[in-house]
Amino acid sequence: MIKKTVSNVEEALRGVANGMTFMLGGFGLCGIPENAIAELVKLGIRDITCISNNAGVDDFGLGLLLQNKQIKKMVSSYVGENDEFERQMLSGELEVELTPQGTLAEKCRAAQAGFPAFYTPAGYGTEVAEGKETREFEGKMYVLEPAFKADFSFVKAWKGDEAGNLIFKGTARNFNPCMCGAAKITVAEVEELLPAGSLDPNEIHIPGIFVQRIFQGEHYEKRIEQRTVRTKV
Amino acid sequence: MLDKNGIAQRIAKEVKDGYYVNLGIGIPTLVANFVREDISVEFQSENGVLGMGPFPFEGEEDADIINAGKQTITTLPGASFFDSALSFGMIRGQHVDLTILGAMEVAENGDIANWKIPGKMVKGMGGAMDLVASAENIIVAMMHSNKAGQSKLLKRCTLPLTGVGCVKKIVTNLAVMEVTPDGFKLLERAPGISTEEIEKATEGNLVIEGNIPEMVL
Repeated sequence: MIKKTVSNVEEALRGVANGMTFMLGGFGLCGIPENAIAELVKLGIRDITCISNNAGVDDFGLGLLLQNKQIKKMVSSYVGENDEFERQMLSGELEVELTPQGTLAEKCRAAQAGFPAFYTPAGYGTEVAEGKETREFEGKMYVLEPAFKADFSFVKAWKGDEAGNLIFKGTARNFNPCMCGAAKITVAEVEELLPAGSLDPNEIHIPGIFVQRIFQGEHYEKRIEQRTVRTKV
Repeated sequence: MLDKNGIAQRIAKEVKDGYYVNLGIGIPTLVANFVREDISVEFQSENGVLGMGPFPFEGEEDADIINAGKQTITTLPGASFFDSALSFGMIRGQHVDLTILGAMEVAENGDIANWKIPGKMVKGMGGAMDLVASAENIIVAMMHSNKAGQSKLLKRCTLPLTGVGCVKKIVTNLAVMEVTPDGFKLLERAPGISTEEIEKATEGNLVIEGNIPEMVL
């Protein structure tokens, strides 16, 4: 067994520096690497590029890094729900590259799986395809999209083991598995870190080969963005 | 004239037994409330769930189980969770039978614009570009005109496009239409709405053949 455990978040983020590109898992605030984000805020590193489907809310998630003006560029599919983001984007302080959600996921997966680029129909004929190579396959038009390149991936899983194997829960899975092994170093934080052999190999979502560092996260807030309920009749 | 629930109710009739359906945010979300109970349908949410159920009871919300609108949801028996790449594989690979989404503008050639108003805050396209570029069967749920009374069914879209030539069917507060090589073909009128009223509210070419029936909800 190749051990991937590190003792804490400080050790897990060793090597992060100004100007780097990070992938961060999560959809809205669901399944975000809360501990890694808090540590990036603490470290105060700047000019970072974040590849993340969303940009958090004003006072949580990537919003915390935005408030601190640590982000130079965001690569996302949807960036509503964040006033500070809007202010920085409109004032030109923040660079934004909007990418269709499926393309965003596949650009992560392509980096993970060793594809330099892929063709997708998403965005053909729109401003997203401007300047990009297009090609026809069986009468339909496609746009060539390159794989992402990143320095670190920060992902959040439900359970993990010393070997770096991961299991996700519910829709907190989202972009997290696609980002594992898609950057030079993948850092996984988990709610429950277990000894090797505790997880059933049949139920592993991401094998430890895609993870370089794993640690047990602390104090998960798991904030709900839209609490919708029905009443019992 | 239909209200938003009426539009959703009419679209629900397009949902057939055995369909996997992706519902967009807004009017499309309401469609789930009107699907017949005697058919089997599974709702897909692009953030990674198939077999979405209703909102949870108070106190049973789970922060780890949400839909694409970031709302807390439940799952039904037979449901599954998956990652974003697989989710869009389902969409791009045309495994999803029906996509229902909203629009700011639709053109008579099937172009759709629903993600950006230049000069205003841009929130992003989310999964809309993937959905419209990939789905075989797309129904647009929208109001026929904007708040200023201008038609949203145009000869050419004026806003930045989400996809080209992809819309097949449109259900508005006034009518059901199909996109054909000749333009918007009028299929049904909303209750109490005349063909003339629909023609007046449609800037794009409206094709009217024979007697147009009033829709049955």
